[in-house]
Amino acid sequence: MIRTVLIAATLFATPAFADVTVTAPWARASILASRPGAVYLAINADPADTLLAVSTPIAKAAMIHSVETGEDGIARMSALATLPLAAGAVVTMAPGDMHIMLTDLTEKLLEGETFPLDLTFETGGEVTIDVPILGIASKGPVEATQ
Amino acid sequence: MTQITSAHRKLRIILWSGAITAAVLTLGLAAFRMGDDPSHKVTYTGEADIRSQFSLTNHEGQSVTEGDYAGRWQLVFFGFTHCPDICPTTLAYMGTVLDELGPKAENVAPLFVTVDPTRDTVEILKEYVAAFHPRLIGLTGSEAQVAEAAEAFKVYYERFEEESAPAGYLMAHAGHIYLMRPDGRFEAVFLEGNQPADALAEEITIRIAKEMRS
Repeated sequence: MIRTVLIAATLFATPAFADVTVTAPWARASILASRPGAVYLAINADPADTLLAVSTPIAKAAMIHSVETGEDGIARMSALATLPLAAGAVVTMAPGDMHIMLTDLTEKLLEGETFPLDLTFETGGEVTIDVPILGIASKGPVEATQ
Repeated sequence: MTQITSAHRKLRIILWSGAITAAVLTLGLAAFRMGDDPSHKVTYTGEADIRSQFSLTNHEGQSVTEGDYAGRWQLVFFGFTHCPDICPTTLAYMGTVLDELGPKAENVAPLFVTVDPTRDTVEILKEYVAAFHPRLIGLTGSEAQVAEAAEAFKVYYERFEEESAPAGYLMAHAGHIYLMRPDGRFEAVFLEGNQPADALAEEITIRIAKEMRS
C-alpha cells in the first residue's frame, strides 16, 4: 500500500511528466501553391505547457496566428511567438479563429492527402502529427465523418 | 433549424509525449468548439449609404460595372487570395449557400472583390474563384478602382506589415457578406459562422420571394 502511494507520488511530482493532447488536426485544401495554407487543431496540456514552435517539411514557414475580430467586424491576424497552454484548458484552432498559417508551400495541399507537422512544446518536447487535408468547404474533421 | 454541434463525433488523435518511461496512454476527449454561437446572430439592415457601385475587371479579363449584374441580387465579399483563413472559409461558405439555393442561384450574382489587386491579378483570380464555385465571379482592378468599390460598399480594409507573411504584409478586412438588391441598394449583411449555409440560403430565398411579390 505504502509502496503504491510512493510510486504515484513520484510520478506526479516529476516535472518531465508532461501530457500534451493534440486533437483533430486538419488543413484545408489549398487553391494555389503560391497562397498560404491553414492548419487547425486543438491542444490540451496538463500540466501547463507552452507551444514553442511549429514546422513542416512542406512549407517554408509555419506561424501561429491569432485572429482578433473587432466590434466593427474587422479581422486582424497577429503572429504569436509562442502559445501558452494553461493546465487542463483546451486551446482550439478553428476557421475564422486561431490557426497555423503555412507559407511558401512546396506543393498544393490536395484533399485526401496528409502531411507531417512538428510541434515543439517546452516541457512535452517535440511531437510529429499527421495532418489530413480536407476539402475546401470543410469545417473540420467532424464534418468529414458525416 | 438545428445546428450541428457534434461534441461526440470527434476524430481523436492522441499524442502523448513523456520524457521518462513508456507510459500508459489514456484517451482524452477534448471539446472541439466550432465557433458557432446561435445566440450571436447578427444581421443588420437599413444602411442607406451602402450601394453597389464599381468599375472593375472580372476574372475573365472583362471590364464590368454594377450594371452588368443589374436585375440580379448580389452576394458580395471583399477579401484577398493570400488570406489563409477567413477568406477561404467565407468563400467556401458562399459556395455552399449557392448550392443550397439551387436553381434560385440564377437570381444571385456572387462577387468576390479583392482588396489586394497588386497580387490578385485576373489570372490568379480565375484559378482561385473556380476552386470555390463555378458561379463565383472574381473582381480586381487598379488600387484606385478597388478603393472606390470598397468606398461604395463601406468596406474597410488596410494593409499591415507582417514579417511572417509572403511579401511581408497582410490585409486586415471585414469578413462581411453583403446582400445587395437587384437595383444595387443594400439589403443585408451577414457573417459566416453566424448561421449555417442552409439558413442563409433560406433567408435569401425569403427576401427574393418578398421582392417578387411586391
